[in-house]
Amino acid sequence: MNDVVLVVIAALALAMGLSLYRVLAGPTNFDRLTGISLIGTKSMILLLLLGIRAGKLDALVDIALSYSLITLVSTMVLAKYLERPGVPR
Amino acid sequence: MTEAAAAGLLLVGLFFVLAGVVGVLRLPDFYARLHATSKCDTLGLALMVGGVVLHSGLTLTAGKVLLLVVFVGLINATAAHALGRAAYRSGLAPWTAERDRAPR
Repeated sequence: MNDVVLVVIAALALAMGLSLYRVLAGPTNFDRLTGISLIGTKSMILLLLLGIRAGKLDALVDIALSYSLITLVSTMVLAKYLERPGVPR
Repeated sequence: MTEAAAAGLLLVGLFFVLAGVVGVLRLPDFYARLHATSKCDTLGLALMVGGVVLHSGLTLTAGKVLLLVVFVGLINATAAHALGRAAYRSGLAPWTAERDRAPR
């Protein structure tokens, strides 16, 4: 189980790096926001797995929960902002 | 046995997350990319959280971890809907097969 957790952590870090390409090179701002929310979801899982690995799952779960709520607020606000006419896409 | 099931759930969830990343990198336009990420990511997180719960046993922490699945299920669906609606209302044209390449 410990080896599997380590492999999954490494693969998730790689996936976050690949999602960062879409944030940097995405043709529209909506693509960048999609990449940011993708990285956010992956970092929640990464927090849980690092908690298992370090034996501090009870402390890191609260951080993951509050991070998910912050992600919702930021994505909704930025989507509402980009919906306005005159904002460059 | 429980450990093996937890490891299997983690690996299956990792497959879905990686499929979502491949979709984000390869699909032709914004709407297709949004379609790939929102579902794959939610399912991947739910499966991996299942693995974490199986590993940590039935405690208060496991309840909080399961609450994360509920939140992310609501949040990813809402955010994907808001992003798609904002893109469509701001005039981003969907990619169709007749065009040669994706619109900028």
